[in-house]
Amino acid sequence: MTSDPISDSVLERHGLTREEYQRILDALGRTPTLTELGIFSVMWSEHCSYKSSRVHLKTLPTTGRRVLQGPGENAGAVDIGDGLAAVFKIESHNHPSFIEPYQGAATGVGGIIRDIFTMGARPIALLNSLRFGRLDDPLVRRTMAGVVAGIGGYGNSIGIPTVGGEIGFDESYAGNPLVNVFCLGLSRADEIIKGTASGEGNAVYYVGAKTGRDGIHGATMASAEFDDKSAEKRPAVQVGDPFMEKLLLEACLEVMKTDALVGIQDMGAAGLTCSTCEMASRGGAGIEIDVSHVPQRETNMTPYEIMLSESQERMLLVVKKGREADVERIFDKWDLHAVHIGQVTTDHLMRVKNRGEVVAEIPTRALTDDAPVYRRPMAEPSYLKEAQRLDVKALGAPLAARDAFVRLLASPEIASKRWVYRQYDHMVRTNTLVLPGMGASVVRVKDTSRALAMSVDGNGRFVYLDPFLGAQLAVAEAARNVACAGGLPIGATNCLNFGNPQRPDIMWQFARAVEGIGAACRALDIPITGGNVSLYNETDGRGVLPTPVIGVVGLIEDADKVVRRAFRQVGDVVVLLGDSYDELGGSEYLTMAHGITRGIPPALHLLGEAALQRVLVDGAAQGIIRSAHDCAEGGVAITIAECCFDTSFGVEVDLASVAGESAAHREVSTLFGESASRAVVSVSPGHVDELLALAAAAGVSAATIGIVGGDRIRMSIDGRRVLDESRAAAEEIWSTALEEYFERTRAIA
Amino acid sequence: MKFAVVVFPGSNGDHDSYYAAKHVFGQDAELVWHKDTSLGGADVVILPGGFAHGDYLRTGAIARFSPIMQAVKAFAAAGGPVIGFCNGFQVLLEAGLLPGAMLRNRSLHFRCEHVNVRVEQTDTSFTSRCRAGQVLRIPIAHGEGNYYAEPAVIDALERHRQIVFRYVTPDGDVTDAANPNGSVHNIAGITNDTRNVVGLMPHPERACELAVGSADGRVIFESVINGVGGHLSRTLSTTVAGASVGVLDK
Repeated sequence: MTSDPISDSVLERHGLTREEYQRILDALGRTPTLTELGIFSVMWSEHCSYKSSRVHLKTLPTTGRRVLQGPGENAGAVDIGDGLAAVFKIESHNHPSFIEPYQGAATGVGGIIRDIFTMGARPIALLNSLRFGRLDDPLVRRTMAGVVAGIGGYGNSIGIPTVGGEIGFDESYAGNPLVNVFCLGLSRADEIIKGTASGEGNAVYYVGAKTGRDGIHGATMASAEFDDKSAEKRPAVQVGDPFMEKLLLEACLEVMKTDALVGIQDMGAAGLTCSTCEMASRGGAGIEIDVSHVPQRETNMTPYEIMLSESQERMLLVVKKGREADVERIFDKWDLHAVHIGQVTTDHLMRVKNRGEVVAEIPTRALTDDAPVYRRPMAEPSYLKEAQRLDVKALGAPLAARDAFVRLLASPEIASKRWVYRQYDHMVRTNTLVLPGMGASVVRVKDTSRALAMSVDGNGRFVYLDPFLGAQLAVAEAARNVACAGGLPIGATNCLNFGNPQRPDIMWQFARAVEGIGAACRALDIPITGGNVSLYNETDGRGVLPTPVIGVVGLIEDADKVVRRAFRQVGDVVVLLGDSYDELGGSEYLTMAHGITRGIPPALHLLGEAALQRVLVDGAAQGIIRSAHDCAEGGVAITIAECCFDTSFGVEVDLASVAGESAAHREVSTLFGESASRAVVSVSPGHVDELLALAAAAGVSAATIGIVGGDRIRMSIDGRRVLDESRAAAEEIWSTALEEYFERTRAIA
Repeated sequence: MKFAVVVFPGSNGDHDSYYAAKHVFGQDAELVWHKDTSLGGADVVILPGGFAHGDYLRTGAIARFSPIMQAVKAFAAAGGPVIGFCNGFQVLLEAGLLPGAMLRNRSLHFRCEHVNVRVEQTDTSFTSRCRAGQVLRIPIAHGEGNYYAEPAVIDALERHRQIVFRYVTPDGDVTDAANPNGSVHNIAGITNDTRNVVGLMPHPERACELAVGSADGRVIFESVINGVGGHLSRTLSTTVAGASVGVLDK
C-alpha cells in the first residue's frame, strides 16, 4: 500500500486533528491510505470512541448481584429470575432526526432493536424519550410529527410494542431535537450472545440489506455541531426498512438457537468498519474481509465507501467452520442472502481487501481500546450562579391557583400524550399490562408470574440549573416511576445528551451530571448496564439544555399486583407520601407563568428516596396500595388531578401549606412546587393504618390528605378551598391540549 | 380442535393469535409458514395481523401470492372457518375471499386504541355465541383500515347481511365520531356469502384477558370453537399461568 501524504483539508473533512493524525502515523508506522484514514476517522469519532466521555463514564457503578452483562457489549443484561434475562439499552438518534425527522427517528428505532436481538434476546418493548422546541413554531410541529410517525412506522411494522416514554419541550431543542429510544428484550440468562470474533478460520458472514452510499460519515456527523449547511448533509441520513429488519430479527434468533454461531454484531454507526474491528478486538483476534464480496446496491463503490456506509439493516456474523450450510439454510428460509466475506485470523489486524488486493491493514486495538481518550478542560458555566438565583418576591403577583392549574394541564409538557402514543402500536405481543399514559410501562413476562416495569426520565431544566442534582433527580424519578408500579428497580441505562464537549462549560455539565448519576445509582442500588452518549447537540453555537435521560427497569414479582396511576374506587383514601417544601426552582410553573428557568432544583435526599421506593414496592406487593402516581412536573396538584383522569371519580383533598418565604407565593408553591421523593397513593379505608405503619417503619412521611369521590377536583390548603374544578372539564383540557396543536394547524393548512 | 395460524414473513400478530388459541383457550394450534402448501388438518384458519411482506405496496397485496393461500382458498371454499385480523383482513380482500379494499385512515395516522364494535350478525362462524347488537371493546392498530367498496357492493353487503361488525359508541350508536378510520358505513368487519370467512380490522386476539385491558374478544374464539365442536377447556381463566409456549419463541 502506498499513499500520498494527507493534507490538512482532508483531515478536517474527516474531523481529525493534527495530533490525532500523528497517532495514526505512529500506530501504522506509515502514511495511511485514504480508506484507512476513513476507518480511523469514524472509529475515533466521538460517537464511536467516547473519547471525551470515557474517563467520566468509567466512574459509574456497573456491577451488581443481578448484572449479567455490563457496558461494553451491544446492550446490558440483568437476571430477572426463572432463568431469564432482561436485555436493554437506550440510544440516541438526535442529529439524523433533525435533518430528516421520519427516517432519522425510524432508523434510531431500528438501530436499538438490532442491538437487543444481537444479544440473542427477543425484543418485547420499546420506549422513547423525546425533546422538541416550542409547539407554536411550525417547524417544530413538523419535526415532532415526523419523529412520531417515524417511530411508529418502524416499531409498528416490526411488531414490537412502543409501550411508553416521555416528551419534553424547550426552545433550546428547536434546532436540535432529542430522539432517545429504549428497547428491552428477553433471553435465556445462559444464552446471551456476544459480539465476538474468534477461532482462526471461522467464517465471517454479511447478511441483510445491500450496502449503498447512504450514511457515509454518519458517525462523524453525529460528532459535529449543526449549522445552516446541515440540511446539505441529508445524504448522510439512512433510510429504514422495517420489513428487512423483521426478517433479520427472526432469522438471527433462529440461527442463535443452533450452536453454529461464534458471535454477531449489527452494523450501526460506522457500519462494516465498526462491526469488524470491534468483534475482532473483543475476541482477541484479527479479521480479514474482501469488500468485493459485500452486496452492493450502487455501482462503482470504492472500498472507502463500502467500509464507511451506514446502510441500515445489516448484520455481521462469525460462524463456526464447517457449520456454514446450517446458517445459510436458515437465512434462505427468510429469503435473506448470507454472504461469506472473510474469516477470522490470529494476527490482531483488521485487513480489508478489494478483489484480493489489500486496501487497509490496521491493528484492531488501535481502532478500539487504543483510541484517543481526552480529559477535556472543564469550567463551571458563567450562567450558573445567576440562573440559580431566584427571588420569588421579585416575580410579581403569582397566578391565581385556578389559572395556573388550567394552564398547566394544557401545557404540552404535562398534557396527555395520547395524540402521540395512539400512533404507536402499544399492544402487539399481548404483554402490555399498563397502557401508555397510565404510569410506568409494564409488560408481563409470559411463562412466568413476573412483569417488568420501565420508565425513561430526564429533566433538562433541573440539569441546566444544577447538573449534579438534576442528574440525580432523573435517576430518582425514573426509579420512583417504576416503584410506583410495584417494580423493584434492578438496572438502568443512560443516554447523555449534551452540547460541544470542547467547550469547558459543557464538559463541566457533563462531568457533574455523570457524578450525579453515579451517586444516585449507588444510593438506590441500581447498576448502569450500558447506554449512549450524544454530544455536539448544538445549533449555531447554542447548546440544548443538558439532558441526561435515564431508563430504569424494575422487577414485579407478581404480575397480578401491578399498580397504575388512576384512582380505583370511590371512598378510597388519598395519601401523600414524602415531604413538601417551598421549592419552585426549575419548575414547570415558573416556566409557564413567568417564562423563566431559574432557581435551585428540588433537594434530593437519596436515603429518603430509597425509603420511599421501598414503601411503594412493598405496599404494592402486599396489595395495600391501589393506585400510585409520582409527583413530578406541575407538582402535587397536577399529580392528584392526573389520578382522576381516565376514571369517573373526582377527589377532595386538603394539603398542608409549605413554609415559604413569600406569603404571596405559598399557595402556588404548595400546589405546583416540584419537591422530590413524593408520590400520591390511594388505599381502601381498611388499609390506611397498614400503609401509615409501613411508611413510618421506613421513616417516610405519610399524610392522609383526602378521599376519592364526587365529580369535582377539590383542593384546599390548610382547610381553605383553593381549587374546585369539574373533573370532566379538567380532563378534557388535559387530554386534548396536545392534539390541538396538530389538528388545528392541519385544518388551517 | 386445531387452529392454523398462517405466518407471513412480516406477520407480527401470529404469536398473539397462536397464544390466544393455544394458551387462553387450550386448543391445538400450529404456526404454518406461508411457503407451505398444507394447513396440516386444521379446523380453523387465522390470518394474523402484521405487515405480511412489508406492505410497502398495498397492504396484503403480495401475500395473496404466497403458496399457502391456495390451501386457504380451498379450505374456505369447502366451508372451513377462516378469520383475518387486521392485516389478515387486508390479505383476505386482496386474495378475493372478501369484497372491497382498504384506504389509508382518514386521519392519515396509524391509530392504536380500544374501540367499540357492534356485532351485527350472529350467524357467522365467528359470532354465533354473540348477542345481536352486543358491543365489544376491542383494540385497533392500523394505518390502513378505512374500508371502501363501491356503493353497489356496499348495498349488496347490507342486503345480504354480510356486515358483521360496525364501529359504534360505547352505547352502540353508529356515529361519525365513533368511526376511527373513515370506513364506509362504519364497517369494521364483514363476512362472505357463505358466512364462514370473516375479516375485521380490530384485534379480538389482543382482547382475550382482562390483564391486557379487555376480554371482549373471547367470544369470537368461543364462537368458532363451539361451532366446530371443540371444548372450551379454560374459558373461565383470565390469566394464563404455566403456559408451555417458549416465551422467547415466535
